[in-house]
Amino acid sequence: MSLGVSTAVCQNQHDQSDDHATQTEHTDDHNACGFHHDPAPGSEYDSKANSFHHIADANVYSIGPLQMPLPVMAFAPGSGWDFFMSSKFHFETFGHGDGHNAYNRYVLHGGTLKRVADDAFPMGNVEIDGFTVKHEMKEGKEVSVSYLCYQGKEYKIESKSTADFGLFGGGITSFYDFSLTKNVVSMFIIFGLFFFVFRRITKSYKERDGMAPKGVQSFFEPIFLFIQDEVAKPFLGHRWEKFLPFLLSLFFFILGLNLWGQIPFFGGANVTGNLAVTMVLAIFTFIITNINGKKAYWEHVLWMPGVPAGIKAIILTPVEILGLFIKPFTLMLRLFANITAGHIVVLSFVGLIFMFGQMGASVGGALGGAVVSVPLTIFMMAIELLVAFIQAFVFTILAASYIGAAIEEHH
Amino acid sequence: MVGSIAAIGMGLAVIGAGIGIGMVGAKAMEAIARQPEAVGDIRANMILMAALVEGAALIAIIVAFLVA
Repeated sequence: MSLGVSTAVCQNQHDQSDDHATQTEHTDDHNACGFHHDPAPGSEYDSKANSFHHIADANVYSIGPLQMPLPVMAFAPGSGWDFFMSSKFHFETFGHGDGHNAYNRYVLHGGTLKRVADDAFPMGNVEIDGFTVKHEMKEGKEVSVSYLCYQGKEYKIESKSTADFGLFGGGITSFYDFSLTKNVVSMFIIFGLFFFVFRRITKSYKERDGMAPKGVQSFFEPIFLFIQDEVAKPFLGHRWEKFLPFLLSLFFFILGLNLWGQIPFFGGANVTGNLAVTMVLAIFTFIITNINGKKAYWEHVLWMPGVPAGIKAIILTPVEILGLFIKPFTLMLRLFANITAGHIVVLSFVGLIFMFGQMGASVGGALGGAVVSVPLTIFMMAIELLVAFIQAFVFTILAASYIGAAIEEHH
Repeated sequence: MVGSIAAIGMGLAVIGAGIGIGMVGAKAMEAIARQPEAVGDIRANMILMAALVEGAALIAIIVAFLVA
């Protein structure tokens, strides 16, 4: 899979160099204010922009080209809270999520919620003329900044509000986005799904006490017993019962979210490929590990016995303290990187069809691209299925190992 | 020559992953050959180790994405 990612990235790098001829928003024309329109046949396919657009979170739920509005909850210091449905943005139902209206200085641009930080822009529901993108220099690097056109003037739009260090085009902005985005809705769906499935299983166990399992119960029982016998008991020792619910929740939540992101047209809700989600899971693991740390654990981390004091204070203790934070950090990055890498590779392979077909100009090219791309995509999705299970398992087993190290008795 | 040096860095990271996972796989094959009845245990541990090694390589890939 690492090979696949490198191929995909080399392909993306090549496309970025022909940036000025690419689709839609990359207009060099100063007055070209408009909404997102499909790129003309014959233009170059921007693989990088499309890949990042599809793995990013959005304030509309898109199933294929159909866009469904989701509730927006945002807080801007100075303007207060705003709760509304993103249908107030009047975006096209079959389109790319560009809102034709702005509401209380919020706009919907490319499916994500953005805000105009300018006080000169009116509040309330206003109809805007369009969006345009300019390339500006920021700290020596050329970035694309979006502008909003309204009544002949251009207002700068901030990038979307994210907490993942601006990795994929977001950043810290003047507003806090608490909306029910695609990822949040997906998490609720997976939570509801597993809640009802496990309730059904519990009822089955009560009804069929002493009998052989049947149905959903028999499907989940091996997985449950696997986590209990191979992960919980070996690592957690005699207190495994206390932590088994946490480990099971972790495993099934991550597995469900990984698999949900694989389904092609359900909006491609790439939930676990989002740094924020994996960060929260890692923070939970960190909290549970350290709250349950025994005296022996803290001794081993901070002042380990059997090592000369000089080496302990200068080298080992700082390294161990760093390790305390790095271990959950790697948990977060491992899951995020695996899932995101897989999604980017699949999206790049599908993008091959558009690239060979030159955005609709050449049908033969598109068919040739499909002949190449479809087997590769199927292969990649099979690997992704495997990776979904493996990454959920690895997260769980590492969490179990960290908790086990924390609750270990002094021997 | 166009492109950025981040792609070269990414390729180097993949070399590391390839070597690491290759070694894990090779040793696992040897172990299975020596003791065929332990196939289940060996396979489970091999997959776990491969995931950890691949995790390190993918962290390098994400950093390369950040840079370019």
